[in-house]
Amino acid sequence: MSALPALFLREWRVARRIGGSGAMGVVFFLTLVAIVPFAVGPDPNLLARIGPAILWIAALLATLLCLDRLFQADAEDGSLDLFHLAETPLELAVLVKCAAHWAATGLPLILAAPFLGLMLQQERMALVGVVATLLVGTPALTLIGAIGAAATVTVRRGGLLMALLVLPLTIPVLIFGVSAAEAASGGTVPFYAPFAILCAITLAALALCPFAAAAALRYLGE
Amino acid sequence: MSRDVQFDEPPADGAMRLRVDDLCVTRGGRLVLDRQSFSLCAGQALVVTGPNGAGKSTLLRALAGLLPCAGGSIALVGGPPDVELPQQAHYLAHSDGMKSALTVEENLDFWLRYLAQKPDPRSRTVDAALAIVGLGHIAAAPIGVLSAGQKRRAALARLLVAFRPLWLLDEPLTALDRTSREKFAVAMREHCASGGLIIAATHEPLGLDEASSLALGGAS
Repeated sequence: MSALPALFLREWRVARRIGGSGAMGVVFFLTLVAIVPFAVGPDPNLLARIGPAILWIAALLATLLCLDRLFQADAEDGSLDLFHLAETPLELAVLVKCAAHWAATGLPLILAAPFLGLMLQQERMALVGVVATLLVGTPALTLIGAIGAAATVTVRRGGLLMALLVLPLTIPVLIFGVSAAEAASGGTVPFYAPFAILCAITLAALALCPFAAAAALRYLGE
Repeated sequence: MSRDVQFDEPPADGAMRLRVDDLCVTRGGRLVLDRQSFSLCAGQALVVTGPNGAGKSTLLRALAGLLPCAGGSIALVGGPPDVELPQQAHYLAHSDGMKSALTVEENLDFWLRYLAQKPDPRSRTVDAALAIVGLGHIAAAPIGVLSAGQKRRAALARLLVAFRPLWLLDEPLTALDRTSREKFAVAMREHCASGGLIIAATHEPLGLDEASSLALGGAS
């Protein structure tokens, strides 16, 4: 079963060599977080309160920004046709592509999040909460986004359409991600309740999204 | 997908045979292929000719399982019983599945590992395949800096690193110079000699003397 590691390695190399999409996502993340104090005012208490929400929204948008080419590049250069001819099921190929994409673009966001959290007056426990929820929640964002990327694979400049399709589906991730991150630094809700639901959403996305995305790719490939 | 792939009893001599009966394929509501029938034995090549829009590419995509058949059947008889037809076929078209950011060697190594899951003695190593198509000296160059002809030769090398009996070639000679065409003709003859089947859609002579031909009509 060397096909899937080979696919992971290929996706990782392409992501690292083409324009550094991971670095681009982090810079976009930084920009979004940096402009919020200009909009809401530099009040430390306010920033400390809404910080987890800002970090989560910025991470969501940065993830979506990087996702639109997930399958389109393969469709354009013919790789997608060849994936259909391989013995490896398309669902597994989708899963591995998502994993490589998350490693190349999602992980850098998570590593950058505590530093950006300092800009938003976050305490230590809040930083831990944000990093933990992003670590668990961003794979779900990538997997849900993969459905949108697959559904818009034949649409030229489909990035905006993909965001419109995917953003409503990411609302549960956002709700439980932000509430767990806020619960980490105190509050009435215990941290584990929303965090467990966030884990459940990610596991469900892991189980369902590859099938949905592969079905969309099969249908559109014909 | 309404594919109707049958697996009949293998022929007595154990050789592979591709049989296409009354194949109909529609694209965009238009019947592009109307009841095409032909059969091909191991070691044979078939050249598909016809004017633009006659359905050459459609035929190859349908054989590769990339388009649903509206009617008729496609059967590859005599191969391993548990492997479906698309998994025994190489499909080579205009877009070749090569990532321009990766080197020639990395691209080929990926397709070798992705398309050839069971080792076959007829598969070549990446180095040997690159030597056959004459790209050995630029194996470490990214695909993006190659000329159109060199890219096409890299794509042809993909057919050699992962042995699959059925080659479906859509305009394989595009952008190739004369020397490369002759080298590729040799590779095709060797593929036929080792029990392979070739179906090629082309406007130009392939350099295979013994190939039979199928002429698709114009737009009906």
